[in-house]
Amino acid sequence: MSRPEGTRSSRRSLQVKFVPDEDVLKHIADDAGTKVRKDKAQLSVSVKRFVKKLENISDNEAQEILEEKNYVAALGICAQDPMGNGSNISGGEVYSFQTPKCSNKMAELASELAQTPEKNGAPDHSKCPEKMAKTPQSSKEMFLLMHVFSLLFQNKKKEFVSTTPYRLRKRLAAPDPYLESESEYSASCSEEEDEEEKKEVSIVLSDQKTPAKTKAASTPPPRNSLAKKIKEQKMDNLVEEYFEAHSSSKVLTSDRTLQKLRRRRLNQQTLHDLLKNAPLAYAAEIRNLNQQHESLFSKWMLQLHLGFNIVLYGLGSKRDLLEKFRTSLLQDSVHLVVNGYFPSITVRSILNSITEEVLDHIGTFRSPLDQLEFITKRFKEDSSLELYVLIHNLDSQMLRGERSQQILAQLSSLPSIYLIASIDHINAPLMWDQAKLSLYNWLWYETTTFNPYVEETSYENSLLVQQSGSLALSSLTHVLHSLTLNARGIFRLLAQHQLEKKDNPSYPGLSFQDFYQQCREAFLVNSDLTLRAQLTEFRDHKLIRTKRGADGVEYLLIPVDDSTLTDFLEKEDEDV
Amino acid sequence: QQIQENLNKQLLDNLVRFLSRSHSDFQEKTTKWTCKMKFREIPTAALVLGVNVTDHDLTFRGLSDVLQDNITPYVALLEAKDCPGIKNLMQKLMGQLMNCDIEVDSMEDEDCVQVSQNRIRCSMPSLISWYESVTKKTDPETPSKKRNSSSRHWQSPPVVVVFKDMESFTTKVLQDFIVISSQHIHELPLVLVFGIATSPMIIHRLLPHSVSSLLCIELFQSISCKEHLSTIIDKLLLTSQFPFKLGEKVLQVLTNIFLYHDFSVQNFVKGFQLCIVEHFYSQPLSVLCCHLVDVKKRVYSLSHDQCENIRRLPSFRRYVEKQESGKQIELLTNDSFLKEETEKLLEDLHAYHENYVSILRCLHVFTSSLPKYPLGKQIRELHCACLENRVWETEEYESSLQLARMLNKTDLVTMLQQCVEILMSSSGKEFDKTVEKVKEFLTQFQNLEAEASQERDVSVSSQKELQKKTDLYHLQKTLLELKESRRSKKLTKFEMLRFEVVDYIDRLVRKYLVPADNRTLHEIVYFNAATVLRGHLNAAPRTALHTALNNPHWYLKNQDLKCDGGGISNKAPDICIVYKLHLECGRLINLVDWLEAFSTVVMAAEEPNADAASSDQVDDIIHARFIRAVSELELLGFIKPSKQKTDHVARLTWGGC
Repeated sequence: MSRPEGTRSSRRSLQVKFVPDEDVLKHIADDAGTKVRKDKAQLSVSVKRFVKKLENISDNEAQEILEEKNYVAALGICAQDPMGNGSNISGGEVYSFQTPKCSNKMAELASELAQTPEKNGAPDHSKCPEKMAKTPQSSKEMFLLMHVFSLLFQNKKKEFVSTTPYRLRKRLAAPDPYLESESEYSASCSEEEDEEEKKEVSIVLSDQKTPAKTKAASTPPPRNSLAKKIKEQKMDNLVEEYFEAHSSSKVLTSDRTLQKLRRRRLNQQTLHDLLKNAPLAYAAEIRNLNQQHESLFSKWMLQLHLGFNIVLYGLGSKRDLLEKFRTSLLQDSVHLVVNGYFPSITVRSILNSITEEVLDHIGTFRSPLDQLEFITKRFKEDSSLELYVLIHNLDSQMLRGERSQQILAQLSSLPSIYLIASIDHINAPLMWDQAKLSLYNWLWYETTTFNPYVEETSYENSLLVQQSGSLALSSLTHVLHSLTLNARGIFRLLAQHQLEKKDNPSYPGLSFQDFYQQCREAFLVNSDLTLRAQLTEFRDHKLIRTKRGADGVEYLLIPVDDSTLTDFLEKEDEDV
Repeated sequence: QQIQENLNKQLLDNLVRFLSRSHSDFQEKTTKWTCKMKFREIPTAALVLGVNVTDHDLTFRGLSDVLQDNITPYVALLEAKDCPGIKNLMQKLMGQLMNCDIEVDSMEDEDCVQVSQNRIRCSMPSLISWYESVTKKTDPETPSKKRNSSSRHWQSPPVVVVFKDMESFTTKVLQDFIVISSQHIHELPLVLVFGIATSPMIIHRLLPHSVSSLLCIELFQSISCKEHLSTIIDKLLLTSQFPFKLGEKVLQVLTNIFLYHDFSVQNFVKGFQLCIVEHFYSQPLSVLCCHLVDVKKRVYSLSHDQCENIRRLPSFRRYVEKQESGKQIELLTNDSFLKEETEKLLEDLHAYHENYVSILRCLHVFTSSLPKYPLGKQIRELHCACLENRVWETEEYESSLQLARMLNKTDLVTMLQQCVEILMSSSGKEFDKTVEKVKEFLTQFQNLEAEASQERDVSVSSQKELQKKTDLYHLQKTLLELKESRRSKKLTKFEMLRFEVVDYIDRLVRKYLVPADNRTLHEIVYFNAATVLRGHLNAAPRTALHTALNNPHWYLKNQDLKCDGGGISNKAPDICIVYKLHLECGRLINLVDWLEAFSTVVMAAEEPNADAASSDQVDDIIHARFIRAVSELELLGFIKPSKQKTDHVARLTWGGC
């Protein structure tokens, strides 16, 4: 049960589970036994677990209490949101505030997840282990639910009830002793509740019923006011928490870096190979899911022809789905596929491909607007002209700008252009205002595929993937080989200086004056002007970058990462 | 599918017709008022259109059409997005005006040259010279050709410039344009039209006094979008001519989107179109959803499968169960008998709709004037209530009847008259009797009035009597008597009649406003899949993402993934695990810790038989999987690389504060 806190080793080590075996056994027995009692048992077990955890954790209690408050808030939102749709999740749950926490929190959760035993033999027991795998949050939430309601039940005095939030806050100030008593109190509550069994559980779950059902009729008014108060409190809390979270500029994370990890960095190619070998989990289910989506193809076709445009959303790459749609239905018609995830795609290139490929127009346009006008005119003149436009990732970096969206929207509003697009970013719908939405005339389709985003992420510069420096290196050497010896020397000087300062994260670059001084000393230049001319050449080849510091001094920097630079210098040394 | 498109067209036509009618009154005003144009001041019309920006497009198009037809050939529509600067604005304006010109004169070669010339140098003088040339050209031209058009246009037609969305123009551009054009107003009769979405105050906020004093502004208010909506509902849903009907939930979804999201009539119409499409696509029996005239033909062309489909309809089953056994067998086995029966039922349904609509209107007449509107102010609310369940069983109906029993006589009479009108105008045959009955009520009321006047004489006389008596006791007694008599009298005459009327209305409601769900074969004409509709029109992509990440079981129906509450199984897809772990972190996430946590989870999920030898390779794979999951999260916008600390990423969602 006991856990060493604070040391790094403890974070790394897999943690001992804090659910005692008796509890598990009892829980399983309960589950196998009467199904009526199941819920209650579940609740009490989770409560007990939580209580025990509380006793253990003394370190980051304050944060946890803050989090509890979160869950009160989330709870309130849940209660206010009675929309029956199964997939509906209240906003509070999705975007609840989280307070800064120590990083061991993550490890904790990980170990808890990892705890899930493998040993589920009998089918009727199969549900249990997963239930045990509940994260601390869920148990906390349960605890809070019970806590709030038990307070309601046992102390019908309004004043006392209304002071709860205050007490919560107070607990934040003086955590230790108070919390102990509080948790014990709630534990006793839960035991008392055992007697009242399911009724209360059902109230806790359905949440809209008044407690009048179980208790005296005097309860409803305070309950209502409490609900109101919780709501108000929740608003306050949200605001408070927001600023609280943002006021602390210091972020508590461990200082470990990937470099200290002995594991080498993977580059794009090896990553790709490795992933190819790794089996895709739940392939069958994913295929099922995709088949469901594919059955909608003919419907999409119909709706496209009726003047709607289709947008697909949901987790997972929708590229394959769209490709399938294209190959199965659009073979015989004119269509244009736009890979929005491609980092150098622009609206202009889309428009160009329409005018050049589809309309066979040779010539350039002064602005995209002119081009759009031309396209509009052509499509209006010739009603037999039809074009399907498929855009993967309409919300990509390059296309999400206001102007490009406006142009695309206008394009899609043409009656003979049929647009079908996919979006992935969580905030993608914010791109569109009312006017654009009405131009787009979207029909939304949820297509969660769970397919990995292979193509889409391959252009991303992830921190974890080693920047394939090979390209930069070769271009560096190429350019420099075409330059004079002096120029090479100048660049070398700059590179060496930069490598010397590589440990300084706030290194602004070498100032021009210093650089000039050094170059003179090395007999590389004889005047200010020659150096400037040389630097202009470097800049044209994108070998260096200049920026002005706060004091107006020009700083020079080579925009290549250190390892590439080291490689380069080594190679140069070999050559010389 | 042909029907669908017909319906769609009908729908749009309706909308356009309505819109054009709504601003035809502007035109009349504008024509009058452009006459009294003053020098130096530009006549300006400010149209306050409301926040439903998306509908404005249609309005403006209609407006410019009407203007072109009636007043002037020179109309230019300008949008803010085309005019970032004064130069672009002039360019656009010239282009549009020239184009109008081409259409009118159809002298292409010359004008085209002009256009291309003017493209290069667009300025007010060139515009003026163009205008002069055009007006001169039209004047000396053969009068025979121009006569008919000059009857429509004046001698020097004004140039109308419409600013579609005034709020989004940059103030500088607007000011410049106004100042410049005011200099030239005596040469160029210019009229401005501003489209305003918010309030007329915006003009004064955008333009300083020196500029706005150059304008001679007149304000026009367009009809509010709510009224648009109710007209559309009136025309589309509450008619018996339109065979397709919306179910209660669907209608509610549509009106909710309208009221809470955009106030856009266009979107409402779009939703309605979508309903039609969905209905015809998903309901195989929707062939029968057509005008009564065609029903017979279509019923007889039904195939055996379609007949089976009919038999499978729940409402039809209910109907069959109610029949006697011989007929039941006939219905279930004999196709042709079924067809006859279906036709009869469809006719019934049609008749039901006719009656329903007129009675609904009558009821609305009664309820819409009641205090506090227990059944809603708008007829659509009443319609929803009636569709939902038996309206006479609801509390609101009870209370509204109670209130109706307290109406005064003049109101009641006018209402009854309105009812008579509605019933007369409806085509239902059954209403003859009802009309008679209501008329009878009316005459009774009139009789009552006559009686009441007599009554008054009586009471006056009694009051005279009262004056004679001076005895206090007698006075009291007579007063009591009077009071009693008055009460009893009222109850016998007016109140009795009033009760009768209300009861009659109640009976009508019970007879005709049966919810459509109870009717046989209602599935054919009613569209009820509200969730589908909401999913397509008012989707929640964030929720979908959240669900997929938090509860993959929802999508992947695998037993291993099943778990409850906020928990997640360690066998979930990588991205779910990574997401779950990242939720635990603050604003910044250390990648090393993250990776470690991830590998802990994944290792535990896999069989613990990984030997020391192969562990290196496994590590690599896990590493790769982690990288993939993290970059997927980055794509989804949950995290972004951060420069604050090495090997850290920043959370972007709110939870990451």
